Amino acid sequence: MYFKLAWRNIWRAPRRTAVILIAVIIGVWSMAFLGALMRGISDQMVRNGIATLTGHIQIHHKGYRSDPVIENNMAKPSVIEKVMRDVLPADALWTSRVRVNAVASNARHSSGLTLVGIHPLSEARISFIGEAISQGRYLKPNDVLGIVIGKVLAEDFETELGKKLVLMSQDKDQEIASRAFRIVGIFTAEMEATEKRFAFVTISAAQEMLGLNKEISEISIKLSSYKEANTVAYGLRSALWSSDYEIHTWQELLPLVTAVLGMYDGFIFLWFLVVFIAMGFGIVNTTLMAVFERMREFGLLKALGMKPWWIVRQVLTESFFLLVIGIIIGNGIGLWTVSALSSNGIDLSSLAKGMEFVGMSHIIYPAFYAKDMITANLVVFVLGLLVSLYPAIKAARFTPLQAMTHT
Amino acid sequence: MYIVECKNITKTYQQGNVAVQAVRGISLLITKGSFVALAGPSGSGKTTILNIIGGLDSPDAGEVILDGNYLSKMNQSELANLRLHKVGFVFQAYNLIPVLSALENVEYVMLLQGVDTIERQDRAKAILDDVGLEGKYSRRPAELSGGQQQRVAVARALVSNPSIVLADEPTANLDSGTGLALLKIMKEMNEKRNVTFLFSTHDHMVMDHARRLIQIRDGQVADDQGEENTDAS
Ligand SMILES: Nc1ncnc2c1ncn2[C@@H]1O[C@H](COP(=O)(O)OP(=O)(O)OP(=O)(O)O)[C@@H](O)[C@H]1O
Ligand SMILES: [Mg+2]
Repeated sequence: MYFKLAWRNIWRAPRRTAVILIAVIIGVWSMAFLGALMRGISDQMVRNGIATLTGHIQIHHKGYRSDPVIENNMAKPSVIEKVMRDVLPADALWTSRVRVNAVASNARHSSGLTLVGIHPLSEARISFIGEAISQGRYLKPNDVLGIVIGKVLAEDFETELGKKLVLMSQDKDQEIASRAFRIVGIFTAEMEATEKRFAFVTISAAQEMLGLNKEISEISIKLSSYKEANTVAYGLRSALWSSDYEIHTWQELLPLVTAVLGMYDGFIFLWFLVVFIAMGFGIVNTTLMAVFERMREFGLLKALGMKPWWIVRQVLTESFFLLVIGIIIGNGIGLWTVSALSSNGIDLSSLAKGMEFVGMSHIIYPAFYAKDMITANLVVFVLGLLVSLYPAIKAARFTPLQAMTHT
Repeated sequence: MYIVECKNITKTYQQGNVAVQAVRGISLLITKGSFVALAGPSGSGKTTILNIIGGLDSPDAGEVILDGNYLSKMNQSELANLRLHKVGFVFQAYNLIPVLSALENVEYVMLLQGVDTIERQDRAKAILDDVGLEGKYSRRPAELSGGQQQRVAVARALVSNPSIVLADEPTANLDSGTGLALLKIMKEMNEKRNVTFLFSTHDHMVMDHARRLIQIRDGQVADDQGEENTDAS
């Protein structure tokens, strides 16, 4: 009967109820939607960043990151491999690479890029390249002359599969090393810059060209979840006590992405705050109006012996219903919009050039995070009830005679 | 032995700069089971004295003892409890909660008292039948006539078996026929359940039905014929 009364009271002023409901629905919906959008963007940024040869953790020789020259390569990868076997979780993947700055040229064009020597099999499981081939084929472990380049680079160089490409770099003895490769595959990537920047050969081909023995430039590790990076990195650091090596997590390797993530978190929080303040004022005002209109009734109830606390409870119960209905509908619409958009994504191609530098893709797939949703709903619900407390207490504080003569 | 004892009550209201003496030393003794009318012209202090007896307002001086309770010694929450269990109120208008049906309006007081659902329904139905509203349980106040609404209010006032029912001009908004019918029901309840009624009115027809008539003028008792009518009818 108590709920029945609250329920009926809600519908006494349908327009006012609609106002509160719409405020709550828009609030919850926008929180859900914006949150999902932001998460979609940042997830993808992280994923792109990690897939573009970063991985979750990288190991380099000390100094390589600031000066990626051949002298800063790791001469004894076997030492590190042994440590990794001990320290890494069983499901962790890793690969080693040779990575140097090089100049690529053909008859008509030349351009600087990063030549990456990879183990085709283990690399494919870690970075984007394994699934990025759009023409031709991926590298085979025994490819000595094969090279895979990006689509944009191929277009810029007016070249195609089967054509030759000459790579030049400095070898171990500071001499110019050059080698002609044959284009066996062309890859595409989320971002143009990636297609221009990287050319892949097998690690043995690279080592041979540069006069390296077993030396490698970096080791990239992929864990089952990016959240484990810090713990595992800590383990590696303490096991690999030699000061010859540097171990970085993806947060350190992608400082821009990390900064943008932090910004997004702040932005989502601000947005929640703005939405909530607007909604809170709406709820307080409308509830106050509703309460004042029913002052006589509250006066009557108090005259009959109703305790002030009961009146607070009654007003709060009405708010409770409104909040629950609003939250359910808001979440429903939010889920619906997000799922409608996440199958095709939101195409931001027109903006893409400007966004690329932070590693954002052309197409955003909104992603629901249960944590965000629960936070948003809890915030709306708890704060919604809290702000209703003010009108509720106001209603409860009038003496019965004051309330009954209230007009 | 007295359900209500008022001892030398005074009450002064401040209206802007003017002090209005609404009650100037009223003393009353009301026996259990009596049917008493407070009569007097507008502004004579009838509402004020009823509010004070019901613990809705507090006197400046004097004491009210209601069914053995000294009202001056009680705080707001104790007064609320006293009203909930010992006093039934019928006001001139706006007696009912508009979103509740007749039955639910009567039940609501019992809900506040913590009476369980089944007993609530049984008692509410019985009392509504008593005041002649059988078959109108589920009507909302807006679907009831003024007289029927006041009967629901009387039923609600009676349902918790209070020590006294205080009714402030219960018939003032009704035409004389309907008003008289309501008064008859009140009287019937008074006899049947031995509940004390104290009501105010300035309608002579209503006064004629009282067992005891107390005339109020300018916040004082002008005439009180006592309880002599009690045995007569
Ligand atoms: N809350 C108040 N504030 C100021 N003055 C008041 C208040 N309540 C009553 N009064 C004054 O006290 C006096 C008595 O009022 P009261 O309402 O008791 O009279 P009444 O006999 O019930 O009149 P009526 O027949 O019009 O209902 C009046 O002069 C009234 O103006
Ligand atoms: Mg009055």
